[in-house]
Amino acid sequence: MIDAIRHALGRIFFFLRGPQLEKDFSSEMTAHLEFAVEENIKLGLSPAEAHRAALLKLGGVEQTKETVRDHRGIPFLETLLQDLRYALRMLRKNPGFAAVAVLTLALGIGANTALFSIVNAVLLNPLPYDQPDRLVALYSRTPQFDHSSISYPNFLDWRRDNRTFSALASFRGENYNLTGVGSPERLKANMVSSTFFPILGVRPVTGRLFFEQEDQVGSAPVVLISEGLWKRKFASSPDAVGKSLTLNGTLYEIIGVIPSTFHYENNNFQTDAEIYSPIGQWNDPLFRDRRVGMGMDAMGKLKPSVTLEQAKSDMSTVANHLAEVFPDVDKDSGVTLVPLKENVVGDIRPFLLVLFAAVGFVLLIACANVANLLLARSTGRTREFAIRTALGASSARVIRQLLTESILLAIAGGALGICIAAWGTKAAIKVLPEALPRAEEIHLDPRVLFFTIAISVLAGICFGLIPAFKSSRTEIQDTLKKSGRGGSASRHRTQGVFVAMEMAMAVVLLVGAGLMIRSLANLWGVDPGFDPRNVLSFSLASSEPLGANPAASRALFRQLRDAISAVPGVQSASLTVGSSPMTGDSELPFWLEGEPKPASQGEMKNSLFYIAQPDYLNVMKIPLKRGRFLTESDNEHAQTVVVIDEQFAKLYFGDKDPIGHRVNLSIINTTAEIVGIVGHIKQWGLDSDSSATIQAQCYIAMSQLPDSILSAFGYGTGVVARTDGTPMATMDSITHALEKVNSRMVVFGTQTMSDVISDSLSAKRFVMVLLGVFAGLAMLLSSIGIYGVLSYVVGQRTNEIGIRMALGAGRSTVLRMVLAQAGKMVMLGVVIGLVAAILLTRLMASMLFGVSPTDPVTLGVVALLLTAVALIACYIPALRATRVDPMIALRYE
Amino acid sequence: MPDSKLDLLQGTLDLMVLQTLAAMGSLHGYGIARRIEQVSGDEVLLNQGTIYASLVRLQQRGWISAEWGTSDNNRKAKYYSITRRGRKQLTQDAAYWQRLSIVMSRVLATSEGEGKP
Repeated sequence: MIDAIRHALGRIFFFLRGPQLEKDFSSEMTAHLEFAVEENIKLGLSPAEAHRAALLKLGGVEQTKETVRDHRGIPFLETLLQDLRYALRMLRKNPGFAAVAVLTLALGIGANTALFSIVNAVLLNPLPYDQPDRLVALYSRTPQFDHSSISYPNFLDWRRDNRTFSALASFRGENYNLTGVGSPERLKANMVSSTFFPILGVRPVTGRLFFEQEDQVGSAPVVLISEGLWKRKFASSPDAVGKSLTLNGTLYEIIGVIPSTFHYENNNFQTDAEIYSPIGQWNDPLFRDRRVGMGMDAMGKLKPSVTLEQAKSDMSTVANHLAEVFPDVDKDSGVTLVPLKENVVGDIRPFLLVLFAAVGFVLLIACANVANLLLARSTGRTREFAIRTALGASSARVIRQLLTESILLAIAGGALGICIAAWGTKAAIKVLPEALPRAEEIHLDPRVLFFTIAISVLAGICFGLIPAFKSSRTEIQDTLKKSGRGGSASRHRTQGVFVAMEMAMAVVLLVGAGLMIRSLANLWGVDPGFDPRNVLSFSLASSEPLGANPAASRALFRQLRDAISAVPGVQSASLTVGSSPMTGDSELPFWLEGEPKPASQGEMKNSLFYIAQPDYLNVMKIPLKRGRFLTESDNEHAQTVVVIDEQFAKLYFGDKDPIGHRVNLSIINTTAEIVGIVGHIKQWGLDSDSSATIQAQCYIAMSQLPDSILSAFGYGTGVVARTDGTPMATMDSITHALEKVNSRMVVFGTQTMSDVISDSLSAKRFVMVLLGVFAGLAMLLSSIGIYGVLSYVVGQRTNEIGIRMALGAGRSTVLRMVLAQAGKMVMLGVVIGLVAAILLTRLMASMLFGVSPTDPVTLGVVALLLTAVALIACYIPALRATRVDPMIALRYE
Repeated sequence: MPDSKLDLLQGTLDLMVLQTLAAMGSLHGYGIARRIEQVSGDEVLLNQGTIYASLVRLQQRGWISAEWGTSDNNRKAKYYSITRRGRKQLTQDAAYWQRLSIVMSRVLATSEGEGKP
């Protein structure tokens, strides 16, 4: 064993000293020969004879050197280095070829690396927490929703009763007004249970996390702050811990700083929060109401060796128990458990996989292109290989040398590809940030680099093997007899097949991109049920209740509305809470008057509700179908009324006229009369609204909210306003006008409704843009491919074309002949591509909207487009063929 | 004796080289080859490839060392000598070969029928 190691080390040492030893050995050989000659002379031979005899006996000097060389170093490595040197020399001799090949590969490998680095960070890497495999997201399951927010009393019972979790944590997004340090500021925050950070394994930069006893009503107000806020407000001073912040008018003591590397993604968690407060201290009556989920979700860590299935059955036991104890609320409710990683990335997975397949096609096209280039070039090198074979190189040796060349090309392409990938990934994330979860984790890590090297080598073998095989099988005799241009017929056929394959793959990608473009066009054409153009949406919040009592609040709401409406450029405005189109949903259980009250909340009907002011209909331009909308006289002194949408009317009244009927609204404990019917709006998104569980919608006047509910909205409200144009420009005047009404109020979350709609399509747009880029790349590469092959074929046929022209063939005949050859390849590719597309696009059916995966229009347009582009690419070499001068062409041979 | 020369078994040449160097002190490649040929009664013919491959192998294992020197008639040549590790190896291998050759002679000496009971 030790001897083997020593021998290996010896070999490496000899390998490294190769050139020196080579020289050494030469002189040793000379000495050896001279000794032999000397001895022969002593035996009485003449010097010439002595020399001859010595040489005869000792055998060929070169063979000796070769034998010794094989023993001396590491033959495999030496051959490799030799091949590499040779490959480099060949590439240097042909820089144009090298550049095109490397660039083509760099595009293919770069696109793959970029996408892999996204897939790697988002889908493959474990979540950046402590024992991420044991983390589970929990939701409340109601008859309507699988992923509903959890009421706090239920959460406390889950925590107490379960046997499978080592800890459960809950959280919800919140915003605080920070006053006292500089100008008032709206800070994003999350309320979290004391278990939240310990479960994830997050440690504070300085200070400490929450104690369990701080997670309860009545304990001293404490907060954790983000590293960003720590830096911004306290210059990262350790003294910050122990200082106080005034949030919503209350003094909170800072107990610790959360590192900026911490990220958590969930609908009800604000990723860029700067404040964390203990959720258990929140004493809002609605929050403590078992019937109400105030946008709170939960997450937990399974006990060691507990499976997800065990946890599921444990939680269903817990839920069944609660259903027995609180039948009016928890009957028919349950718990949904989702592994945390799936919870974060589950939605994006199919999109990324489709893109990954697409980008794989791009690489295959790039490989086919380079294989074609190599094939074309290997024709010119046929003689070289024949000579090598004649000199004793085995075909394996020739293949090995050619593969070394291809892999060298591929590695060069990969190196350039990594640069393209680094840039491309950054660009993709910048353009479409909201579409990707875990975007902040995307970077080039060792696994990505390994992937790039692996696909480079694989690509090199993939595109190098066929040309290498073709070259190694040349007939020496024939080739050496012909002057270097032989055996090209089968090569043309191979090249034709490659081009057809490229075309086919380009068709598949173009069809995919085309279908996404059509889907998005269809989605943009969908009427959301309101007119989003020139509509602003923003939120208002204050550090103290808006109004000292309910009456004052109602007055202030009207005052705020009037102030906004009076701003020049604003046509109409309405304060609004409850659901907001496409960004937040709130449901109200109800039952119709005349029906018996259902025994539990789960058995009641549900409707989305929008608390609004009378101008809401004008701002959103929702059509009024029958009756009337809310008016100024629907105030706290009048009978409560409700306006329903068409869907509500259809679902619960059928053919009957709903107007004049009354509904009992749970939670706000009111009975309201239906006074009007308005159009349905696509609350759940342009594509998925029709499949959502809750379709009914209703509108309630803000001023008619009971006092108890009003206090829940007391600190803030949403606003929508219709402007004359350029909504964002009006925002400054609105902010200014609001400051005059109440200087302690903060405006935040400003968005145009058009942006809201556009954000709702971000994942689809991400796929569309990337598929579009990949399809464009595929089309470009395959066009370059067909251009290259045709140029080459025309070059090879110059002689033949010259003869044809000398015999009287016209230019148009030649043009037609060349184009026909190209046309055959293109047609074959397009037909195969269309068939493949019909088979493959089915996989992306779930991403499409309003267009079938086999949409004939898309298929037709793609076929025509690609054929046209390919023929344009062919036209240049074809034209060159017609310019062949018969005289020159014939002399050329 | 048939005119074909003796084929060397794998490993035997290395042992011969070691033994030659142990007996003769330092020698150049040609000298080693000639010496082995003479001792073998010209049964073995060593071409350069074989002998130098062996020398490289032995050097890599650290059993011999090499140094440039000058011959009696003032010729520059590479001189090989056995190292301490080489001597140890030689003792081991020589013992092994002696045992093996005794066994081989015995086996080959058994005449037909002798093995039967």
